[in-house]
Amino acid sequence: MSELLAKAQSLLERVGAGEEMEVFISRGVETEVQAYQGEVENLSSSASAEIGIRILIDGPQGARVGTAYAGSLDEDAVAEALFNARDNAHFATEDEFVAFARPDGVAPVSLSLCDPAVTTTSMDVKVAMAIELEAMVRGGDQRIRQVDAANYSDYLADAAIASTTGICAALERSGAYVSVEAIASDGGEDQTGWGLSVGRAPGDLSLETAAGDAIRRATRMLGAVKPPSSKGIAVFDARTAATLWSILGSALSGDAVVRGRSFFAGRLGEVVASPLVTLIDDPTDARHFAASPFDSEGLASRRNELITQGRLQQFVYDTVSARRAGTVSTGNAVRGGVSGSPSAGCRALQLVSGDFDQDEIFRRVGNGVFVESLTGVHSGVNPISGDFSVGITGLMIRDGVLAEPIREVTIASTLQRMLLDVMFVGNDVQWLPGTTAAQTLAIDGVSLSGS
Amino acid sequence: MSDTLVERDVVQRVLNESMGRGADFAEVFVEDRRTASASLDQRRIQELSSGRSRGAGVRVVVGETTGFAHTADLTEVGLLTAARAAASVAREGGGGVREVSLENLRDYPSRAEVSPADVPKAKKIELMMRADEVARASGDAISQVQVGLSDSTRRFVVANSEGVFAADDQVRTRFAVSCVANGDGGMQTGYRPLAATRGFEYLTPESIEEAARGAARQAMTKLSARPAPSGDLPVVLAGGSGGILFHEACGHGLEADAILKQASVYAGKVGQQVASPLVTLVDDGTMTGEWGYLAVDDEGRPGARNVLIENGILTDYMWDYLRARKEGRDSSGNGRRQSYAHLPMVRMTNTYLLAGEADADEIVAQTPRGVYVAQLGGGQVNTATGDFVFGATAAFMIENGRITTPLRDCNLIGNGPEILTRVDAVATDFSTTPGTCGKDGQQVPVGCGQATMRLSGITIGGTAA
Repeated sequence: MSELLAKAQSLLERVGAGEEMEVFISRGVETEVQAYQGEVENLSSSASAEIGIRILIDGPQGARVGTAYAGSLDEDAVAEALFNARDNAHFATEDEFVAFARPDGVAPVSLSLCDPAVTTTSMDVKVAMAIELEAMVRGGDQRIRQVDAANYSDYLADAAIASTTGICAALERSGAYVSVEAIASDGGEDQTGWGLSVGRAPGDLSLETAAGDAIRRATRMLGAVKPPSSKGIAVFDARTAATLWSILGSALSGDAVVRGRSFFAGRLGEVVASPLVTLIDDPTDARHFAASPFDSEGLASRRNELITQGRLQQFVYDTVSARRAGTVSTGNAVRGGVSGSPSAGCRALQLVSGDFDQDEIFRRVGNGVFVESLTGVHSGVNPISGDFSVGITGLMIRDGVLAEPIREVTIASTLQRMLLDVMFVGNDVQWLPGTTAAQTLAIDGVSLSGS
Repeated sequence: MSDTLVERDVVQRVLNESMGRGADFAEVFVEDRRTASASLDQRRIQELSSGRSRGAGVRVVVGETTGFAHTADLTEVGLLTAARAAASVAREGGGGVREVSLENLRDYPSRAEVSPADVPKAKKIELMMRADEVARASGDAISQVQVGLSDSTRRFVVANSEGVFAADDQVRTRFAVSCVANGDGGMQTGYRPLAATRGFEYLTPESIEEAARGAARQAMTKLSARPAPSGDLPVVLAGGSGGILFHEACGHGLEADAILKQASVYAGKVGQQVASPLVTLVDDGTMTGEWGYLAVDDEGRPGARNVLIENGILTDYMWDYLRARKEGRDSSGNGRRQSYAHLPMVRMTNTYLLAGEADADEIVAQTPRGVYVAQLGGGQVNTATGDFVFGATAAFMIENGRITTPLRDCNLIGNGPEILTRVDAVATDFSTTPGTCGKDGQQVPVGCGQATMRLSGITIGGTAA
């Protein structure tokens, strides 16, 4: 048993009569290096540990839960959190559906998510990577005028969840990233592009990929124009497609559905998307950056097929939303660190790949717009109503190939419409950081608003 | 609260240690933050949560390099360990200890009248229940109401090798109502936030009822919304949340970190006309009680009122300590950090457009065709290109000088330097709105403000021709 899990379990001994208790501890070490003009601009190294405690009290009308957290595992911090969680529980409304997770017999898969090279690699090597990345971008193309930030970062983290209802889960993970933002300039006009590479350890990273991506994206935007308004096909690259799928994923949360805050509510079994769309949430797939053996309540991760060839198959649930909906958890409890309560969410989305690579999709689309970046996603997309309107940069597609770059335009539709209008799903899946992997995606019926 | 957090002589020794290896600058920032939040959903109090985080961040600057480490261990041993980690960037250092001489502690007490810690939880719940009732009573179409209340008490002590030694107590209170309305055409949403750097006295029954009615009305109004137009149109922004336009169109581009890296379209433009003469833009940390108010910034520099653009002419940028030092000038009080675990950087406080002289109704009446944006919902900018977006979460058509049909949510997109020249009317009805600003992964509370104003044209990201 991990040391952290032992600590979590020992704290459970403090549960009071008539209470259930859950302890969630997370701990990590992080390094971050930023290079600028051949030198280290910032170098941070940190260790942190946090604890979240939830206390549940049963009553005649149902259970009540109180939560508290602390940014330290010191005894006084833990005692204060326990006191507050207990006190907070008395002020919640009794709710028959509120409960802590209980072991459901699903065995966790074994995943290798932790590479100790993150901590054994010397700081000098990490610093050199950030400096080299910056130099590669600066030297990669004459039109690169500035590198705003060239970063290396990594973390090694472990977490444990234990509860008096029998939950007992621990996991370890590591991650390493490089990212770089380039500014290309030509005749007084500036354009930006960023690139990244991710892995479990420094050795997994490709500086060439990150640098090449930043340079290509920045330089090919030079000369961008504001095109006239039109309506047609939008082709999203893997990164922007991932943003789309994660927004759609939020509407597939059983919590949003059961509370009447999803446009998918009441549509199980119906065709909601093009037959090309098979959407899966699978944290057991080791290739996925968000892979993990457990969800945030400590239940084993499992593969859930949400949309099968366009037909809405199921939603994702944590324990409480599942009880509200009269079903069982799908192992989809998510929470934002130790401070929050779990809720239901997609954890590791991926789409079944189609037949074509990006170039073939351009050929088949003929004319349209290729989307390389999205802005205003949090202000212009409403996953409850489905309204979708975002700023983009990218390139026009003419006669099956990329043409002039475009800027200061928006694309708009509704999420409902866009799902049905999917024309092509690429075969070029990218295992991006975050909770969504994606590939090139073509969607019809999108309004482009420009001049 | 006037907890010392950390003793003066400990701070002194940590700074001495940090400077020992030949550093140019060292700073220790010690923070103790308590937060409490409660949420109501489906007529039930879902959950109360309390949190406490205490820790310190130490930064050491050597030449162009900053070393940073943070720790939750506030003992002298813990702080010295962090200091040594941060100072490890000073590889060539000469060793030994450098004596730092600290000023007398400048301690700024909170101006909150009612500390969150003194408010019975039952009283908070009562307000949330009331907001729920009022929102539901606003119309049968209201199907969902969510209410959130959160407060935070943040005390910090910051000291640096130049002798700065300051402490601040910041109390913030936030209340928000979200509604969903159900109609034949699907669901629509309404949202109203209330947030201030004040204590519980900020939340009155009148203000929370108004927020609840406002959120409900917004959701119901949008049930009859039609798709927003696409293409360029004149836009009238209602007083208050329209300030987000300036936050995005030029605020971020006027932050000195972007300027010094030549990553802003406003670099090298001080003294030049960058906006319509109607534009006088101010960033003001001294607006007591506003969401972005601060007595001192997170580097110990007193909050200040800084004029950024005066009658359309760019007068200055916003500065933190490091960026100001490079230019041999003083910080403008804009050095902020999300918490002790983050490095400070240049951030806005309360950014607003000074009121003009026009009449708000007249501005609408003199707009034959356009869009009236009653509420903005955030935005995003690329400072290097100046292109920015902001979302309209409550908008209407203006036809023949009158506000008519409600429009569905959409983004508006423009280029900062271009849009600033298109401000062709500013009214007198100034008001402010709270927001959360994200930059490089750090979130800080900011205020925005302006009076009703018009842009002669901006691209509306709708679907209708």
